[in-house]
Amino acid sequence: MKCEHSNIRDELFHLPDNPRRAFLLAAAASALGAAGLKPGVANAAGSKVQTQAHIVIAGAGAAGLTAAAYLAKALDGAKITLIDARKEHFYQPGFTLVGAGIKPKEYVLSSTAEYLPRGVELIEARVAEFDPDGNKVVTDSGQSIAYDFLIVATGLKLEYGLIEGMEESLIGKEGIGSIYHSPAGAEATWQAMSAFADKGGRGVFLRPATEMKCAGAPLKYTFITEDYLQRRGQRGKAEVVYNSNNKALFSVPIVSEKVRMLFQERGIQINYERVLTAIDPGRRIATFKTPEGSEEQGYDFIHVIPPMRAPEAIRNSPLPWKTGQWVDEGWMEVDKGTLRHVRYPNVFGVGDIAGVAKGKTAASVKWQVPVAVDHLVAEIAGKQSDALYAGYTSCPLITRLGRAMLVEFDYQNNLTPSFPGVIAPLEELWISWVMKTMALKPTYISMLRGRA
Amino acid sequence: MKEFDLLVILAVFQEMLGPLLWLLLAIIVLGTLAFVLLLIRERGVVSRRMVFSQTLSPLGGAFALILMAKVSSSGFTDAGGPVDWLLIALVFSLGLVGSGIILYTIGGWWSILRGNKPA
Repeated sequence: MKCEHSNIRDELFHLPDNPRRAFLLAAAASALGAAGLKPGVANAAGSKVQTQAHIVIAGAGAAGLTAAAYLAKALDGAKITLIDARKEHFYQPGFTLVGAGIKPKEYVLSSTAEYLPRGVELIEARVAEFDPDGNKVVTDSGQSIAYDFLIVATGLKLEYGLIEGMEESLIGKEGIGSIYHSPAGAEATWQAMSAFADKGGRGVFLRPATEMKCAGAPLKYTFITEDYLQRRGQRGKAEVVYNSNNKALFSVPIVSEKVRMLFQERGIQINYERVLTAIDPGRRIATFKTPEGSEEQGYDFIHVIPPMRAPEAIRNSPLPWKTGQWVDEGWMEVDKGTLRHVRYPNVFGVGDIAGVAKGKTAASVKWQVPVAVDHLVAEIAGKQSDALYAGYTSCPLITRLGRAMLVEFDYQNNLTPSFPGVIAPLEELWISWVMKTMALKPTYISMLRGRA
Repeated sequence: MKEFDLLVILAVFQEMLGPLLWLLLAIIVLGTLAFVLLLIRERGVVSRRMVFSQTLSPLGGAFALILMAKVSSSGFTDAGGPVDWLLIALVFSLGLVGSGIILYTIGGWWSILRGNKPA
C-alpha cells in the first residue's frame, strides 16, 4: 500500500524517492511557528498549583489529551483521569492527505499511550452516563467515577445510519468514499477516487446539514478530485458537482465567495440547499432533499459526509443545549468565551463536543483548551481568570495538490491571519501547502504534549 | 508560553525531525566551528578553493529544493505568490551557502590532513 502511494505520488510530481530529512525546512517550519503557536494563557506564572482535586477528562482525542497535558503541567497533587475506550490515536487533520493519496494511513495512526502525560491515569472504557448533578460519570463497564471537575472531550459521532441505504462497509466500494470515517476509510476513499480519476464520469460532493468537523474538508476533497481528473487527462470526460446544504459554500462569507470563484474557474458545478438523505449503491443514485422536494443525482464517485451529532451519552445527559439550533444535535451548552458549562460550573466542554459556533478543528482545540484549563486552574487556586476564546480556528484549504489557502477566522467571521501581509489568507499558495504537509502534524503532536 | 516561543519552535522541530534534529544541529555547529578554525589556521580565505566550492554550490541549492519538494509532496509548478518565490529563494540560498561552506571546509581540512600546502 505504501508502495502504491509513493508510486502515484512520484508519477504526479516526478520526484525521486528520498527519506524525510532536512534542516532546509527551517524556513517553512519557523514560519509555521506562528500559525498554530500563538501563545496559550494557562499557567503563565510557571509555578504549579497545589490541589487534591480529582479531574476527570472524558475522551482522549486531541482535546482530551491536550487538556490532560496542560493540567498535568499546571497542577501538583491533582488526580487526573482520562477515560477513553479507543487505544489508537487518529491525527484527523491528516485524513484529507490520506484520502488524496499523498500520505499512507500510517501517517495518521498512533496510540493514545504515546501522549499520556506522566501521572495521568487512563481508563480504557467509554463513558456511558454523565451525571453532572451527582458529579460523577459511569463507564460502559459499570464503573462509577466521581469528580471535582469534569472536562468533556468526547468528540462527536458520525451518523452514517441517518442516510438511508448508507453503510460504513460501503466506503471504498461502488464509487463511495468518505475520508472522515477512519484512517482505513480515508485510504479506501483514495482507492475509489483514484479509480474515478482514471475514468472520469460524474463526481458528486456534499456536506451535511449538521455542525461538522472541519467544514473545509468537503471543499478540499472536491478541489483535489478535480485536480486529479485534470492531471490524468480525464477532466473533459468528467462532471464535478458540489452540493451545499445551505446557500453558502463556507460559513465565513468572504471565504465562501472566494471558493465560489475558484469553483467557477475550475468548472465545478454548484447546487445550493441539497442535503443527502439516501443512497442506492446498486444503481449509483444519491437522493437529496431540496426546498422543492427530493432530487436524484447519479454518480460514478460520491464523497459521503454523514450528519454529525453528539454521542448518545451526551445527548441523554443534562449537558446539551435546551433551546436553539443545537438541541437536536446535542452539543454541550458551554459559554463560548470560557468553554465552561452554563449550568454546571465545574464542567467544561472542549473540542468537537462544545456547542459553539465555528471550530471543530484541531486549531480550535489548540486555542480552546488553554482557556478552559486556565479557568479551571484559577478556580482551584481561588482566583479569577480573564482568558477568553474568541473563536479562532484555521483551515489550510487545499485548492489543488501543491497549493492551499491558509484561512484563519473567528466567531465574528473576521479573517485573523497569523502572517498578515506575508501569507495572504485568500491566495492559493505553495507555502500554505508546505505548512499543511510538513508543519501541521509536528505542531499538533507538540500540542498533545502540551508543548505548543 | 508567551515567553517561550523559541522553545515551542524547537518542540515542533523535534517532532518533525526526531533525533535527526540533534544530528543536524551538531553538523551545523561543528561545521561552522571547522570553517572558522580553517580560516584562522590559513589566515584568511584561499581564493582558488573558494571559487571551486562556489562553482559546485548551486548543486547544493538545487538539492535543497528537490529535498524540500520531496518532503512536502510538492511539484515544481506549485509556487502561487510572492511569498512562495521568497521561500524558494530562501531554501535555494540555504543549500547554496551551506554546501559552499561545507565543500570549502572539507577541501581545506582534507589538504591539511594530507599534509599538503594550502591549495
